[in-house]
Amino acid sequence: MSAPQYKTVNFTLNGVETHKMIDVRSSLMDMLRDNYSLHSVKEGCAVGECGACTVLIDGEVFNACIYLAVWVEGKEVITTEGLTGPNGELSEVQQAFVDEFAVQCGFCTPGFVVAAEALIRSGKTYTRDQLRKNLAGNLCRCTGYENIINAVETALERHHAAKVNAKVE
Amino acid sequence: MYDMKALYEAESVDHAISLLVEHPEAMVLAAGSDVFIKLREGKLAGREFVSIYMLDEMRGVTLEEDGTIRIGSLTSFSHIVESEIIQEFIPVLADAVLMIGGPQIRNLGTIGGNTCNGVTSADSGATLLALDAEVELKSPEGVRIIPLSEFYIKPGVVDLRPAELQTALLIRKAAYDGYIGQHFIKYAMRNAMDIATLGCSVNVKLSDDKQVIEDCRIGFGVAGPVPMRLPQAEDTVRGEVISKDLIEAFGEATKHDVNPRTSWRATKEFRLHLIETMAMRCLTESIIKAGGVVE
Amino acid sequence: MAIGKRTIRVDAYDKVTGRAKYTDDLCDKNALVARIVHSTIAHGYVKTVDTSEAERMPGVVKVLTCFDVPNRPIGTAGHPWHLEAAHRDVEDRLLLNRHVRFYGDDVAVVIAEDDVTADRAARAVKVEYEELPFVLDVREAMEDGAPQLHEEFKNNILGHTSIYKGNFAEAIKEEGLIKVEGWYDTPLVQHCHIENPVSYAYMEAGKVVVVASTQIPHIVRRVTAQALSLPWGSVRIVKPYIGGGFGNKQDALYEPLNAWLTTQVGGRLVKLEISREETFYATRTRHAIRFHLTSYVRPDGTFVARKFAAYSDQGAYASHGHGIAAKGMGAFPQLYPCDNLECDAYTVFTNKPVAGAMRGYGIPQAMFAGEAHIDDIAKALDVDPLEYRMRFVMPKGYAENFSMNVNYADSFRECLEKGMEEFDFKRKQKAYANQTGDIRRGVGVAVFWYNTGVWPISLESSACRMVLNQDGTIQLQMGETEIGQGADTTFAQMAADTLGIPFKHVHVISTQDTDITPFGTGAYASRQTYMGGFAIHQTALQLRDKILKHAQTLTRMPSYNLDLVDGYIVRTTDGERLMSLGKLATDVLYSMEYSEHITAESTYQCNSNAYSFGCSFAEVEVDIPMCKATLIKLTNVHDCGTLINPALAEAQVHGGMSMAIGYGLQEKMLFDEKTGRMLNDNLLDYKLCTTMDHPDLTALFVENAEPTSAYGTKSLGEPPTCSGAPAIRNAILHATGVAINETPITPHVLFERFNEENRFERLKEEQEEMQAQPVGAGAR
Repeated sequence: MSAPQYKTVNFTLNGVETHKMIDVRSSLMDMLRDNYSLHSVKEGCAVGECGACTVLIDGEVFNACIYLAVWVEGKEVITTEGLTGPNGELSEVQQAFVDEFAVQCGFCTPGFVVAAEALIRSGKTYTRDQLRKNLAGNLCRCTGYENIINAVETALERHHAAKVNAKVE
Repeated sequence: MYDMKALYEAESVDHAISLLVEHPEAMVLAAGSDVFIKLREGKLAGREFVSIYMLDEMRGVTLEEDGTIRIGSLTSFSHIVESEIIQEFIPVLADAVLMIGGPQIRNLGTIGGNTCNGVTSADSGATLLALDAEVELKSPEGVRIIPLSEFYIKPGVVDLRPAELQTALLIRKAAYDGYIGQHFIKYAMRNAMDIATLGCSVNVKLSDDKQVIEDCRIGFGVAGPVPMRLPQAEDTVRGEVISKDLIEAFGEATKHDVNPRTSWRATKEFRLHLIETMAMRCLTESIIKAGGVVE
Repeated sequence: MAIGKRTIRVDAYDKVTGRAKYTDDLCDKNALVARIVHSTIAHGYVKTVDTSEAERMPGVVKVLTCFDVPNRPIGTAGHPWHLEAAHRDVEDRLLLNRHVRFYGDDVAVVIAEDDVTADRAARAVKVEYEELPFVLDVREAMEDGAPQLHEEFKNNILGHTSIYKGNFAEAIKEEGLIKVEGWYDTPLVQHCHIENPVSYAYMEAGKVVVVASTQIPHIVRRVTAQALSLPWGSVRIVKPYIGGGFGNKQDALYEPLNAWLTTQVGGRLVKLEISREETFYATRTRHAIRFHLTSYVRPDGTFVARKFAAYSDQGAYASHGHGIAAKGMGAFPQLYPCDNLECDAYTVFTNKPVAGAMRGYGIPQAMFAGEAHIDDIAKALDVDPLEYRMRFVMPKGYAENFSMNVNYADSFRECLEKGMEEFDFKRKQKAYANQTGDIRRGVGVAVFWYNTGVWPISLESSACRMVLNQDGTIQLQMGETEIGQGADTTFAQMAADTLGIPFKHVHVISTQDTDITPFGTGAYASRQTYMGGFAIHQTALQLRDKILKHAQTLTRMPSYNLDLVDGYIVRTTDGERLMSLGKLATDVLYSMEYSEHITAESTYQCNSNAYSFGCSFAEVEVDIPMCKATLIKLTNVHDCGTLINPALAEAQVHGGMSMAIGYGLQEKMLFDEKTGRMLNDNLLDYKLCTTMDHPDLTALFVENAEPTSAYGTKSLGEPPTCSGAPAIRNAILHATGVAINETPITPHVLFERFNEENRFERLKEEQEEMQAQPVGAGAR
């Protein structure tokens, strides 16, 4: 075995610029969990099939389990922890997940919250079928997805309503 | 933690090629969605990798002066879907790659990776073949461009020479100009996050009066060891007047072109039945999209 | 009042922010890593294990093999201990096995300093086997001369029980009877909780501590102690939040092995996290059961005699064993009562992954067969399958002698009527009656039978502790576990109401720690709301008594004129609030005369059970040439008594319905016939439903308060999984006229069955006819 290879990664994590010396063999999930204690990034399969480790990279959703940590160099990474406000305020998506009973065991929840956040940030509207298409990379065994889709629908409605109100004011 | 012996991060296409020359044992790592899985299974454990993932110069869809659509090999499936050029001229490719995995996989996976894997179930394969796509390859010897149909050699093996990178996929104007009727059907056991049991892509060019099929191209994934075109089926309908009987003849003709196998994922008999059904439906939809009528 | 409200989950905030801690989140990053070496043959003996190469690798701490483990067989099923040996679980496996009985059995373990080293070392362990013939099919395994898995179980039969009633042979002599007979097959499926089983173990204060993702911490403590031959008090199990269980984690999976591993490295911290692939083949599955059902009915539909045979595939080890098939059989004579019965259930070992508990525990299998069979009878009689059920399903007042269950309300008919209306069933049934063309629709219905908890087969006991804080809030501790279903929230609702404090004043301690938490057997058998309810009710009343006694001293009013309402001591004669509970708690705790830390703790032993019934309505669209059945609509109706939290109840039903959809259309574990290896041990090839594979799900309730229950409630955890698959099957039958007697009804199955019934040719003929007379084509 050759000598371990380390590299400093410079990126923005949940809004804060950061750099960390890491083993280049680390997946993004390894780095976020082990080096930053961001435990919302969950491992359900380690091969990109369940979506429990979903994070936003430059606004797009990725499975952190099949992404090299060194690839986030210069990029912006957001996890569920980064969506909560400085005083613990829930994001629109998080609040909707609470209100719509979209949480059960909670293991897939952070991944779904991040996947839904990408839809909020797109500024687009979605039909229920389009929501299903856009959330299909996240598996859940508890909810039958019903309340999750409801929650994302609610979050989008509230988000767009808030935007309209802001314009009116 | 992935069991890699070493990781060499390329800073440009030329750098990537020189890294491959320097480290002949190293494998190319594009987005890695398949490589990481194999690494985890222990299959590629302990290997060296040249990562090209950071090479933005290999990303993007452009329309060249002669009308060629150039898709950088590292363009993600999502970016293909969003490309206005793709949507305007070859929307069928967007439809096809939109059937891949889920959003996360479409954001990660690349068209180059999908073709360099050389697997018959690659969702882009059938459509690219049906669009007469060509591949651009770069190595220390220079650039060569070959038809995608020749790039596929056998399952898991493509015509990539030592230290050679696939840099782009090219779709010529002649291949899409006038081919308004384009349709793709993926057959899988789930509606997302699934590997294709079969994939069928058809495009047609109709006569001005929409009565005659001037040209038809059909590509299939999983109908044989690698993605394939169906020449006999194409010949059956080329220059013919549209009719229900013609569609059936097309379906019937597919049997002479394809060579699906029985695996635990599906039997040969089932695949043959589906190939015929899908080909007929895909042709019908293509004709309708081109403004024709099937009666 | 908190009960009956759509109260927000107590754990929702922590779970949406990612703060809720699951096992791996709590484990120190420098833990040693354990990797299991699994057998690569389906049956045989380990001759040698060559660990030398693995041991030479830098970073490898220890390699342990099946030759090193204690020779103490263990039973892994998550059942309460029984004082009588005859009622205990079968103890048939070691921590690592020399006699390997399925492809993937546990042979050796590598302990290393990091993941990569552990993986490399595990691959470097060389195992030499003496191979034996193996058997994968349940019926073949019963034949004389079949490979024998466990010496003491002849013909591989782990269990065989029967229910005989009346005189079957005599009854079927009646003239004019119609005989309906069928074989029905259900698949091996997996729980697919998103968090794989994971634990970490270390030694502290002379004890072995295991932090684990389990549904049953107190039972795991007992099994672990037995496996290691330790006093039970020397083992401590801690259960944090878990990422789903569905019965798989109602088994001592790898916790005993993990506990043993730490003892082999001087008590150092060892983490044992298994992969998704291992979760599939090396934990537990739902028993695949093959049924043979025969019914003799009169032309008016009445049942004269029925025969039931079930062959349940246990896989390699006993785990929960025959209980599953026995439960499935138990439902059969109750659901449609009949005077003459011959029922036999067999549970049989095969060289496949081990079947254990999974949401529904034999009832999804039995309902698929039984409810498909009811539609087959209705078809034979040419009567409406819904009307047939309305007439013959268990009547109101039906009483069952063993469980002492009584069908107090006419739950079935109420549920069917409610569902039928919401579904617009009758109209659709007619509209889809005579269709032609490639694509057709159909509707189907199925009912289910369920009970609540395990009494009288096993112990039902639950303990609760309430601790009053100085501010008038309480800590609520239960041995019953939160596994995602919302138990913590409903427990808090119950405690708040019975005690008389606001819901927000109940702090549920979600984590179970067997050193601290009162005894409870855990999350299984849809028991917790019912069983835990008794313990909460009883303990809350005890705490309330203590509080009111102190209130008498503090307020100078007799306690019989005092009540605790919404967190205040209230004089009942005029409704005056005399003091807050917070003030009382503070005054009492810091009193220089009568200081008391006010707490209550009690155990309730439950000696009752309760029926929980309901039904599913399904609508499908079948594309015949494409061999695809798409579910358009699914509605479940449940009578689980009083709803403690309607929103959580709906959510629970949605999840069960989703599992039923997978069971009906998509999910099946596949095996290589040549080696016994599982082929689709990952979430790509095992077709768990995605968001795209569901229609919207409708959950409805009929609320007949259960008279035996502390809060009028009864089982809901498992029932939603039970009737979806047969409803889908019956809808496909309605759409196509093709009866499919196996599940999941995948495109492969549809292709085969449509071929057998010449459906493709018939479509072509139909088309040719239509082309010949193009007028009035197509019913739709």
